[in-house]
Amino acid sequence: MEMLVYLIPVSLLLGGIGLAAFLWSLKHRQYDDPDGDANRILSDDWDDRPKP
Amino acid sequence: MSTAAPSISACPACVAAPAAEAIAARRAEKDAGLVLSLPTAHCAVCISDVERTLAAMPGVRSARVNLTLKRVSVAAGPDVTADDVIARLKTIGYPAHELDPGLLSVTETDKRGRDLLMRLGVAGFAMMNIMLLSVAVWSGAEAATRDLFHWISAAIALPTLAFAGQPFFASAWTSLKARRLGMDVPISLALILASAISLYETFEGGHHAYFDAAVSLCFFLLAGRYLDYRSRAAARSAAEELAALEVPRATKLLAGEERIVPIAELAVGDLVRVRPGARMPVDGTVTEGTSEIDRSLLTGETLPVWAGEGSTVSAGEVNLTGPLTVRVSAAGRDSSLHRMADLVAVAENARTKYTSLADRMARAYSPSVHLLSLTAFAVWMYLTGDLRLSVNIAAAVLIITCPCALALAVPAVVTSASGKLFRKGFLIKDGTALERLAEVDTVVFDKTGTLTMGAPEPQDLSARSRDDLAVVAALAGASAHPLSRALAGALDAAGIRPAAVTGLREVPGWGVEGRWRGKPVRLGRAEWLGAVPGERTASWFAKGDAAPVEFAFADSPRPGAEEAVQALIASGKRVILLSGDAEAPVATLARTLGIPDWQSGMRPEEKAGRIAALTEAGHRVLMVGDGLNDTAALAGAHVSISPATALDAARTASDIVLLGQDLAPLSDALRIATVARRRIKQNFALSLAYNVIAVPVALVGLATPLIAALAMSASSITVSLNALRLK
Repeated sequence: MEMLVYLIPVSLLLGGIGLAAFLWSLKHRQYDDPDGDANRILSDDWDDRPKP
Repeated sequence: MSTAAPSISACPACVAAPAAEAIAARRAEKDAGLVLSLPTAHCAVCISDVERTLAAMPGVRSARVNLTLKRVSVAAGPDVTADDVIARLKTIGYPAHELDPGLLSVTETDKRGRDLLMRLGVAGFAMMNIMLLSVAVWSGAEAATRDLFHWISAAIALPTLAFAGQPFFASAWTSLKARRLGMDVPISLALILASAISLYETFEGGHHAYFDAAVSLCFFLLAGRYLDYRSRAAARSAAEELAALEVPRATKLLAGEERIVPIAELAVGDLVRVRPGARMPVDGTVTEGTSEIDRSLLTGETLPVWAGEGSTVSAGEVNLTGPLTVRVSAAGRDSSLHRMADLVAVAENARTKYTSLADRMARAYSPSVHLLSLTAFAVWMYLTGDLRLSVNIAAAVLIITCPCALALAVPAVVTSASGKLFRKGFLIKDGTALERLAEVDTVVFDKTGTLTMGAPEPQDLSARSRDDLAVVAALAGASAHPLSRALAGALDAAGIRPAAVTGLREVPGWGVEGRWRGKPVRLGRAEWLGAVPGERTASWFAKGDAAPVEFAFADSPRPGAEEAVQALIASGKRVILLSGDAEAPVATLARTLGIPDWQSGMRPEEKAGRIAALTEAGHRVLMVGDGLNDTAALAGAHVSISPATALDAARTASDIVLLGQDLAPLSDALRIATVARRRIKQNFALSLAYNVIAVPVALVGLATPLIAALAMSASSITVSLNALRLK
């Protein structure tokens, strides 16, 4: 059962990374236009960023 | 399904307020940005088309399309107006409407949505981690391991609940302060009681801790709250965003000098100059100039009316051809426009407050849950005298009856249904509009601008000689009169080149004249050419001494109007056409569309009266209209729809705005509303069924955290899936 000492923090850490990623995406307005983003990959124009 | 349920548009003050807000917002934003609604955008090509076209416009810094909201935001210099952008978009085939550029309020509502979403994410994270630990406990972890897991769960759950549960605690507190028992009171009670008991059990090394249940409860409720918020935000922004088109200003003549003043500063007896194409700001009498006046928005008449010295004009009418000087006879509160607004206020007050299904449910729900939990506590206390056991059972009852599924039942369906309707071009402004739409059995249409496009189209052009048409094209091209413009447009489309007519001159109020091959030619009103005016909308054309010939116009039906009417009749609805226009055009349209029940020449009060009479007789009326003359009827009907091209007063008074041109989806909207209502009822039944099974288990003290978690998740997921089934 000593494994728990590692496994529980690891599972919490992994979950925490997921949560942090979600909060980041929320803060950077990744969910403002899901339909548009799905369609924009089809267009040849350079979008706002990044430009080469 | 939260605490504040009454509809947003019910207060008559809101009808007046947006205009003032819009002015304030406009002053604040200067050259911030334009936001336009783009109802027909739907694909990748649309995005790049619109963005590239707008970016190429001088003065435009950037343009970005939001496909989800079907909007484009344009950052441009102060010299670029929304009208320029709309005109540009029209040339590449995208109809657009201006939305209120109060970007500030848009970001603010966004912030609240993001806040809820963040709490939802935190709750979801905590729920999954605690569930992991709980699974171990459920599958038989013992003694020290179980205690450790409970402690870790507590360490995750308590901060999570303190953070994610805030919306519920706050609104429960407000409703308690107002001495009401809202839905959030049992929710907060369940959250607090469950964590307190679980913490106590953890201290004592007990078997059952409800941390997982408390956090997943919080998660599902937040999901419901977020969906509910989203549909409410859409409703609110629709009311805010459809910008007020007219700035309440007038050009006042002061000792021969023109000054722009707010309408509020005008007094009876003042002189006001009204340019061609402008709207009358006041009621009054014409003292100088001749012109024609378009009354269609006030009365529904399609035929422009002649106006000269001595004619009376009313606020809201549009001056067409010549500049007019008007002596004010009534301004502000007393003008006919304002009397119309008062009529709307009266009708809105008369509209019975609609209680949504969710409210009715919530009203019965909260007291019964508290009662049930209290009874369980009292009975167990009486039977066993064991305080710890009794409190445990009371908490289990609260957790299991907690309205996860109920809180999701309505928002999930409303979100999915309004999404469907939005894709068909309907913007729902009022939260309960969907439910009211489902009850409709009678549909009342207005004619001009609703069933028809409100734009005249010349008839039988091919019957004329090409020479005549070429002269007419030249004459019509010289005037900004709507009939002339329609004629010029149609001739241009038919490939007729204007003839070389010299000495072109517009005679305001009457028509256009010129000389062609030495002969005088004229295009204008029948009286001017000495002809007898017929019933139809028409321009007359005379060449030299020859008898004048008639160019008749008809208002073409809106695309999809016939389909919509046929589908409504086929689905057993009663369809009525009420118009302020003359008998002949109304009868023709009613015959074309197959509407058996029609009435012409109706004044605004009569329309509203007819709606009230129908409502009195027990009918649920859907009113579809666009003009000022419809506003009272729109406000008085059970539910109302107006096209996006309608006047703001009409749009404010209606519950749903039709963004596209096409009327055909109307019957589909009614069908979707009916199905949505059925789904909501099914969802209530489903969540009640779960309670009927789980509550007795909890009452006899057999509920374990596992059963609570299962019942809760299963019911929430079934309810959400049922909502997604909406087709």
